[in-house]
Amino acid sequence: MKLSLIKVGNGCRLGKIKNLGKTRDHTMDIPGCLLYTKTGSAPHLTHHTLHNIHRLPAMAQLTLSSLAEHHEVLTEYKEGVGKFIGMPESLLYCSLHDPVSPCPAGYVTNKSVSVWGAGGRVEMTASKFMAIQQALQPDWFQCLSDGEASCAEVTSIKRARKSVDRSLLFLDSCLQLQEKSEVLQKSLIIGVIEGGDVMEERLRSARETAKRPVGGFLLDGFQGNLMATEIGLHLLSSVTAELPEDKPRLICGVSRPDEVLECVERGVDLFESFFPYQVTERGCALTFSFDFQPNPEETLWQQNGTQEEIKYLDQTEKIKTTDCTQEMTSFEINLKEKKYQEDFDPLVRGCPCYCCKNHTRAYVHHLLVTNELLAGVLLMMHNFEHYFGFFHSIREALKSDKLAHLKELILRQAF
Amino acid sequence: MAAAANPASLESAPRILRLVAECGHSRARAGELRLPHGTVATPVFMPVGTQATMKGITAEQLDALGCRICLGNTYHLGLRPGPELIQKAHGLHGFMNWSHNLLTDSGGFQMVSLVSLSEVTEEGVRFRSPYDGAVSLLSPEKSVEIQNALGSDIIMQLDDVVSSTVTGPRVEEAMYRSIRWLDRCIAAHRQPDKQNLFAIIQGGLDADLRATCLEEMTKRDVPGFAIGGLSGGESKGQFWRMVALSTSRLPKDKPRYLMGVGYATDLVVCVALGCDMFDCVFPTRTARFGSALVPTGNLQLKKKQYEKDFSPIDPECTCPTCQKHSRAFLHALLHSDNTAALHHLTVHNIAYQLQLMSAVRASIVEKRFPDFVRNFMNTMYGDPTLYPPWATEALASVGITLG
Repeated sequence: MKLSLIKVGNGCRLGKIKNLGKTRDHTMDIPGCLLYTKTGSAPHLTHHTLHNIHRLPAMAQLTLSSLAEHHEVLTEYKEGVGKFIGMPESLLYCSLHDPVSPCPAGYVTNKSVSVWGAGGRVEMTASKFMAIQQALQPDWFQCLSDGEASCAEVTSIKRARKSVDRSLLFLDSCLQLQEKSEVLQKSLIIGVIEGGDVMEERLRSARETAKRPVGGFLLDGFQGNLMATEIGLHLLSSVTAELPEDKPRLICGVSRPDEVLECVERGVDLFESFFPYQVTERGCALTFSFDFQPNPEETLWQQNGTQEEIKYLDQTEKIKTTDCTQEMTSFEINLKEKKYQEDFDPLVRGCPCYCCKNHTRAYVHHLLVTNELLAGVLLMMHNFEHYFGFFHSIREALKSDKLAHLKELILRQAF
Repeated sequence: MAAAANPASLESAPRILRLVAECGHSRARAGELRLPHGTVATPVFMPVGTQATMKGITAEQLDALGCRICLGNTYHLGLRPGPELIQKAHGLHGFMNWSHNLLTDSGGFQMVSLVSLSEVTEEGVRFRSPYDGAVSLLSPEKSVEIQNALGSDIIMQLDDVVSSTVTGPRVEEAMYRSIRWLDRCIAAHRQPDKQNLFAIIQGGLDADLRATCLEEMTKRDVPGFAIGGLSGGESKGQFWRMVALSTSRLPKDKPRYLMGVGYATDLVVCVALGCDMFDCVFPTRTARFGSALVPTGNLQLKKKQYEKDFSPIDPECTCPTCQKHSRAFLHALLHSDNTAALHHLTVHNIAYQLQLMSAVRASIVEKRFPDFVRNFMNTMYGDPTLYPPWATEALASVGITLG
């Protein structure tokens, strides 16, 4: 695996990761995102509908929380989870948890970490964890780690220290076990940076983890509260400054467009794509513009309504979804609203996705009102397409030194 | 009660069915339906896409499976989103972006079977909307008007539907009323050149009533006939006899549409009895419960026995689900909350039905339909002693003896 940087500046990195995968011939662009999946499948989508989407990420994210309980089946299957789920050509990254469903805290011990699947809790020691990874055979996997320092409102220094110590112990155990496993020689362990909101511990975690032969780094615990503050963002920059340039930096739990840009500016390379899924689950469609070099004749209002509408949009509207009660953002429109009943425009004018090329807002509105399954399918296709288009625009902006334009455009739509 | 003295009529309705082959032994036929949105090979199974969607699969996926006609429900669409909106969206084809054929039913069956407060009078069916409680009347004229707005290629008359388990004078009343309603539908139909109005033979399980209905309705020059009032709670013995009676009296050069039939055995037997078109929610509904249709019956994929079964649902099936996925993966996915599991099965079950009809058709064209039937029964039931007696009887009645 080789990470080549094309450009570095203002904290950002633009580049390519080459020679990826078992056959060593896959490439990934950074900054980039991973395809979000649930139990090894993109939500709502079959192979056909998934491949309607343009600019699909080269790497999909699997979650151990959804797959650990299938350990026995996968072991008997022998050929790895990629083939099992019908994605033999895709690169695969296995994270511990599902970013959408936070798991209950209080279950990490010195010896084990637990994940929650459909069948309940699965407790894993380093050995069990590595045995499961042997059955999965992913290209990359997040190492067993203690992410609970960031669960409490305020991290105690003691808890932060423990999260770093435990994670390093887990890392060393897993690396040792990997040496003995023939099947896992081609997989890379992603080291996890912990430490809560304690600078000293974060730096220690970064430096110590960087000493190990990991394939890359996962910045854990920056989701939620930490992302929202200057202190948190500063912490992020400080951590990435300690990491080697030639290995990828992943972050978990951060997927909103504005937050993505903050992280890109602080040296993060790869993101999860669960945000478009959350938008889908609340019956919404992403409509934010990422056209940082617009045709002078086109203005923002064509996509999101008039300026007045944007201004008075109720930001705090809570909409219940199947996965969690999440607030709707200003990056999206709510297709359930009555005003879309007779709107025969596509979700977003000019969007090349299957839904926008074939259907109207009125139709999607009808599907939502009648509780039809196709609503989720069409919205997922659109939201993924829109989101992957956004990541493409980040790379284009970096190429032409226009990230500031893109950031200003995005922040304007985020308020 | 006498039938209407002056049956309203169209100018000679076009012959939309072209027969390509007939089984030398049974009443089975293979043909081609020429419809405004393209040709449809018969016998045909039509999947049901109730509310302008084939559940979780896209129009593109349905097209890729080879489907060339599917159903929409007038009752549901008439309420949500309503005919005015659909008309603005360039008809049901435009609204759901389906470029092939659509058949809509009249709304009559749903109202009687779904709605707690519905009342049938000579005028029509009065019912209360489950969504806003408003009371309205669905008359033959109104039903045709809504279906005209939907723009489907085949529309159904509003019939007075009575459950097949009902006996007594109500059945006779409903039969004669259906004839009168047929005439009213014909008179109200605004677009006979764009939409084919089918009559629906009623009469319940009474041979005399059914025969009367057949005699009267076949006097009307409609492009096709449906056999209604069956596929309810009646015994299979009564069921097949009514189907056979109907096909024996329906014109050969017009399509016979048997409503609500979709189980594999029923399809094969009723093709032998002379039916050309079928619809049923069963394959798509059962998919959403984790059940996959196979030549030997069905697989309840959520069950533990499939946990480590790495073979596809059906190794002979060419659908995308069977090409890419194993029973074990589908089992795991069905136990998650990812709806993709349901879509994989919906794709497969529709493919199963369409492939079955395709195979039936090929055997008729190649003059080996009776052998096909024998093979089919053997695969499905194994031992001849396990064959359902009604199926054996029905097939024997049209010259096909099972081993």
